[in-house]
Amino acid sequence: MLESLALLLVCQLIGELLVQFVVLPIPGPVLGMVLLFLILAARRGIPERLRHTCLTLLSHLSLLFVPAGVGVVVYFDAIAQEWLVILVALVVSTVATLAVTAFTMSRLARWWAKRHG
Amino acid sequence: MDSTLTELWVYLAREPLLHLTLTLLAYLCGVKLHQWSGQSALANPVVIAIALLVGLLIMTETPYARYFEGAQFIHFLLGPATVALAVPLYQHFGRIRAQLVPIIAGLLAGSLTAIVSATGLVWLLSGSRETLVSMAPKSATTPVAMGIAEQLGGLPALTAVLVIMTGIIGAVTGPLLLRWLRIDDEAARGLALGVASHGIGTARAFQSSDLAGAFSGLGMGLNALLTALLVPLIVQLI
Repeated sequence: MLESLALLLVCQLIGELLVQFVVLPIPGPVLGMVLLFLILAARRGIPERLRHTCLTLLSHLSLLFVPAGVGVVVYFDAIAQEWLVILVALVVSTVATLAVTAFTMSRLARWWAKRHG
Repeated sequence: MDSTLTELWVYLAREPLLHLTLTLLAYLCGVKLHQWSGQSALANPVVIAIALLVGLLIMTETPYARYFEGAQFIHFLLGPATVALAVPLYQHFGRIRAQLVPIIAGLLAGSLTAIVSATGLVWLLSGSRETLVSMAPKSATTPVAMGIAEQLGGLPALTAVLVIMTGIIGAVTGPLLLRWLRIDDEAARGLALGVASHGIGTARAFQSSDLAGAFSGLGMGLNALLTALLVPLIVQLI
C-alpha cells in the first residue's frame, strides 16, 4: 500500500510541476492521472496491490468532497443576492446536461454496435 | 466541573484531530442513513454529512478556516484519488476505445448543453453579467472552472461554490433521472455523471460500478479540457 501511495503522489507531483512550468489549462492531478495511465500502458498491466489501493481510495471518493461542500454552505452569502436565478439555472442546466449526454451516447453506441458489430 | 469541560472543549477545538474525526463520523452517519433509506438517491451521504457538519459549526460558532485545519487532510486526498482514476480507465480501456465515437459525441453534446443552458438561463432570468460568466464553467472540475472564470472576468470564489452545487445536484438527481429516461447503458450513465457534475458525479458513479466510474472519470477529465476551450468562445457571443 505504501508503494502504491508513493506512486500516486509522485505522479501527482510531476503533474503539478509540469502544469507550473509548461502552463497547461488542466489541473496537476489530471496530468498525473495521464502519467499513471501511460505507466500502466507501458507495463501492459496493473499490479494487484496498486489496483487494490486505487479502487479502495476511489470507493470513498464521496467522502473527499465533504470539506469543500461544507465551505459552500458557509460561503452561501456569495450567491445570496441572486439565489433564485442561480438555483433555477443550476438545476435545469445540470439535469439537461445529464439527459443530453446519456441520451446521445447510449443511442449512438447502439447504432455504432449495429454498424460495427 | 463546568470550567474543566470548557477547558477540554477549548483544547479539543484547537486540534485538527477534532474536525478530522467529526468529518469522518458525519460521513459514516450519511452512509448509514443512506443504507437505512434503502439506498434512496435523495439520502445522499455527502449531503447528509455536509448538513450535519454545517449545523455543528453554526452551533459551536466555529469558523470555516478552523474546521478546515482538520478537514484539509481529507480534502488533500482528492489529488491522489484523481491520479488513481488511471486504474479503472486502464482496466476498461478496451471498451473505451471501441466506443470512442459515441463517447466523443456524448461529450460534445453534453459540454455544449452545460455551458449554453447555464449562461442562457442566467441571461433569460436577467441575472448579472458577473453571475453569467462565473456560471459558464460550472460543470468542469473546480480548479479548471475557477481559472476560466478568473480569465473572463467572473468571480472565482462564486464559481467554486457553483461547481460544488452542480456536483451535488447532479449526484442527487442523476441516478433518478437516468433511470426515469431508461438509460441502462452503464457506460453512458457514467459519462453523463462525469460530464454534468465532475468529481462528485464520478464519486456517485463509482457507487454503482467500476465501469460507470471509469467512464465518469473519463467524462470529467475530457470535459475539463473542452470547457476550457468552449467557454471563452461562447461567453464572447453573449
